[in-house]
Amino acid sequence: MSRAITPRRKAVNTALAWALGLLIFFPILWTVLTSFKTEATAIADPPVWFFFDWTTENYSVVQERSGYFRFFWNSVIISVGSTLLGLLIAIPAAWSMAFVPGKRTKDILMWMLSTKMLPAVGVLVPIYLIFRDTGLLDNVWGLVIVLTLINLPIIVWMLYTYFREIPGEILEAARMDGAGLRAEIVHVLTPMAVPGIASTMLLNIILAWNEAFWTLNLTAAKSAPLTAFIASYSSPEGLFYAKLSAASTMAIAPILIMGWFSQKQLVRGLTFGAVK
Amino acid sequence: MATAHSRTAARLMLAPATVLLLAWMLIPLCMTLYYSFRRYRLLTPERQGWVGFRNYENFLTNPAFRDAFVNTLILVVGVLIITIVLGILLAILLDQPMFGQGIVRILVIAPFFVMPTVSALVWKNMFLNPVNGLFAYAAKGMGLQPYDFLSQAPLASIVGIVAWQWLPFATLILLTAIQSLDSEQMEAAEMDGAGPLARFRFITLPHLSRAITVVVLIQTIFLLSIFAEILVTTNGGPGTASTNLTYLVYVESLLNYDVGEGSAGGVVAIILANIVAIFLMRAIGKNLDA
Amino acid sequence: MTTTMRALLGATALCAAGGIAAAQDKTTLTIATVNNGDMIRMQGMTDSFLEANPDIALEWVTLEENVLRQRVTTDIATGGGQYDVMTIGTYEVPIWAKQGWLVSLSDLPEEWDADDLLPAVAEGLTVDGELYAAPFYGESSMVMYRTDLMEEAGLEMPEEPTWEFIREAAAAMTDRDAEIYGICARGKAGWGENTAFLTAMANSFGAKWFDEDWNAQFDQQPWKDTLEFYVGMMNESGPPGASGNGFNENLALFQQGKCGMWIDATVAASFVTNPDDSVVADKVGFALAPDTGLGKRGNWLWAWSLGIPAGTDAEEAAKKFVAWATSKEYTEMVAEAEGWANVPPGTRTSLYENEEYAQVPFAEMTLRSIQSADPTNPTVDPVPYTGIQFVAIPEFQGIGTAVGQQFSAALAGTTSIDDALANAQALTVDEMEDAGYN
Repeated sequence: MSRAITPRRKAVNTALAWALGLLIFFPILWTVLTSFKTEATAIADPPVWFFFDWTTENYSVVQERSGYFRFFWNSVIISVGSTLLGLLIAIPAAWSMAFVPGKRTKDILMWMLSTKMLPAVGVLVPIYLIFRDTGLLDNVWGLVIVLTLINLPIIVWMLYTYFREIPGEILEAARMDGAGLRAEIVHVLTPMAVPGIASTMLLNIILAWNEAFWTLNLTAAKSAPLTAFIASYSSPEGLFYAKLSAASTMAIAPILIMGWFSQKQLVRGLTFGAVK
Repeated sequence: MATAHSRTAARLMLAPATVLLLAWMLIPLCMTLYYSFRRYRLLTPERQGWVGFRNYENFLTNPAFRDAFVNTLILVVGVLIITIVLGILLAILLDQPMFGQGIVRILVIAPFFVMPTVSALVWKNMFLNPVNGLFAYAAKGMGLQPYDFLSQAPLASIVGIVAWQWLPFATLILLTAIQSLDSEQMEAAEMDGAGPLARFRFITLPHLSRAITVVVLIQTIFLLSIFAEILVTTNGGPGTASTNLTYLVYVESLLNYDVGEGSAGGVVAIILANIVAIFLMRAIGKNLDA
Repeated sequence: MTTTMRALLGATALCAAGGIAAAQDKTTLTIATVNNGDMIRMQGMTDSFLEANPDIALEWVTLEENVLRQRVTTDIATGGGQYDVMTIGTYEVPIWAKQGWLVSLSDLPEEWDADDLLPAVAEGLTVDGELYAAPFYGESSMVMYRTDLMEEAGLEMPEEPTWEFIREAAAAMTDRDAEIYGICARGKAGWGENTAFLTAMANSFGAKWFDEDWNAQFDQQPWKDTLEFYVGMMNESGPPGASGNGFNENLALFQQGKCGMWIDATVAASFVTNPDDSVVADKVGFALAPDTGLGKRGNWLWAWSLGIPAGTDAEEAAKKFVAWATSKEYTEMVAEAEGWANVPPGTRTSLYENEEYAQVPFAEMTLRSIQSADPTNPTVDPVPYTGIQFVAIPEFQGIGTAVGQQFSAALAGTTSIDDALANAQALTVDEMEDAGYN
């Protein structure tokens, strides 16, 4: 905005925004703080804020008990794998809907979104039977397939809305220059589409990382991701706030850090066509 | 602009996504439909057979069904209202010049990255717990009786937790939209003597309508199937006070192990979700084309 | 469509399997277990087993109880075959064994000594003379109380208290300003949570789930007495949020010194007397579960056990593991590493004959509680079912959880006691009719 802003107004804005930001962030901050306390300090009354004996014991207990990295790698493979596979299928589809729209394009798009409304809990047993017969139970690639399919509608839609913002004249110009379909995609469209694809990818990795029904129910030991890791800490015996906090921090830290570092890219394309 | 050549190419490019989604929809749907007319209990699999509409009858006449239906609506609408209203206010605030804008934005979007199970566990144990939760300490600190959120106001607590998770998403979309607002228009309105409220009402809000529709659409899709938060915090209770349709289907198919009735419930949920979907798409299709 | 899809999925699976299956000549056992302290300890003790069996590798799936139960039940009922050893309880074993889903363990080696198992526990895991799961630890329920608070209240806990005494003592111990609540008991809905507690309690009030013709009995006076007593007592002297408290929540409260008395599983005794976790470790006394003089006490019987699903491809290795984990040697190993108070209790006669174990403060009361439980004859009046805190029929998980929701709502005060019982009666009648009992 070009309007002049009084320093006082800016100070008020800053104070207010920081207060709200910290308030929203507080549950996460508190979890991280608690993860460095002993179990006794974690439930101390009154609560202790920063001045306690910081300990990493909870992390070593959790690590020794569960072996974090096995779960971590499965989460990475599943979320990244399903995202890449999803993009591979969705980019051509979204491209064709955006640039060669037919009469039923909108219907197809809406229908795709409506498949996301299928309640997963109601179809677990049928899917479980299919997975049993195809040997996909407890297999990371089985999960990659399922997560690709459940997030595909969102990917297609996000890309479609983004591609549509790309002005058609540019394509016309490219065609006049005699560029073929492939050249058109590689040299003209791709560079313009990269921000949209990047943010679609990031959003989808987040969604896949946090998916907690299929990842828990179709896995056992080999392919269990971090959602299963958390399920073994959700109500253990006795005092557990500190260990729960440590396990929670370990489960959310990778995606949180990724999200923070890439937030510019994430936000840039995260419009779903909401901005004209 | 499209040639016949590119039309064919476009069809081919659209095909994989369509076929896969069709398969992903049809296979489970057909199996669910099949089981919904059969008696199939996981623990007594030997007694299988066709039962007509009995599973549907049982599911629909279950007193929990009506509660679940109402709770689902409350959950969706409640979270939508909270996230949109707070989202707009936050977006306007974040759009103002300030120090450390980037960091504030990072703080605000953080809840979106937290797994639903983790956020439910953290809220349940470390905040809402009436003995050891932070809110209980706060209440005691002020000389009040701790409030037992999850048994006295289970649904409202869940709405709160879910709204916390989705607020960042709404804020981000709305913020992007606000940033695209034409500042000259705003200035002109200000010169004409329009107060901040009038400017918000007649310029900002109409400008945001598309963004709001998008938030409504995307969030509704996810909110209709809220499950982990309920499972972790209240198990749908006390009674059926926080059971939504998804959770009720879960109870039938994976607690009672009644695949037949669970499937019937699944079909009912799909039908209801699609009614909502058609309704939404109508409204939104219009808004998105505009 | 289905065939294409299957072919497609199958092809992908093959590619994936080819990539992963490199160099695996060991037999890998996938063991599903619950995240209880004793099981977690077992995972840390497996070195000796792996040394003795270099051709076996172990993979653990540790999950919270409800998630675990849903996972293993889905898997075994659909023949998913993901697990080689499952941790299951006395409720599942008879039902699954009748379906032919479990491998018989009657041929475990001689030195494993099946005759040493406590009869009440072994009986619950035996179907038609064959043992179908090996008990890892067994539990009944009893009263755990704070000796110091009891003394302050000027009362003395009898070894065999009545419910009336418990209620009075609870009221006398309660000091809400100091956050001391006289009685902690389960209120969280679930057939393994509040329904288990209340069903066992109801037995001592002369109530039962079904009469001999499988008619639901929630409309009878004894159930009303039970629920009124329970809700009344919890409102007078229970902690806030009691309707959300299960075993773990109450354990945490007791360990923090916030409960005067806690009626729950006997295994909790070793946690509340462990000075590392409990601030009241040296002030805990034990008594049998209460009664009302009708001849039945409100204590249950449960054994977390290791079973092997039929159709596993590693039956021999699985048997070796099960025999190791439930052996006397394992008990001795834990005793050596962590002390006698931490060995898995409640499964073997020999443990209670061990003089060192007799030093453990809760050993005797645990044994007496287990011995006084009679799952084949659980109620005052005769009933057509077995099981104390559950009814050993497949439909019980569903009904038990739904009924538990009603009881939980009654405790939270969102439903009246009469309505909760009427709802429980109606839904039980519906389900039983649907299942074909009457």
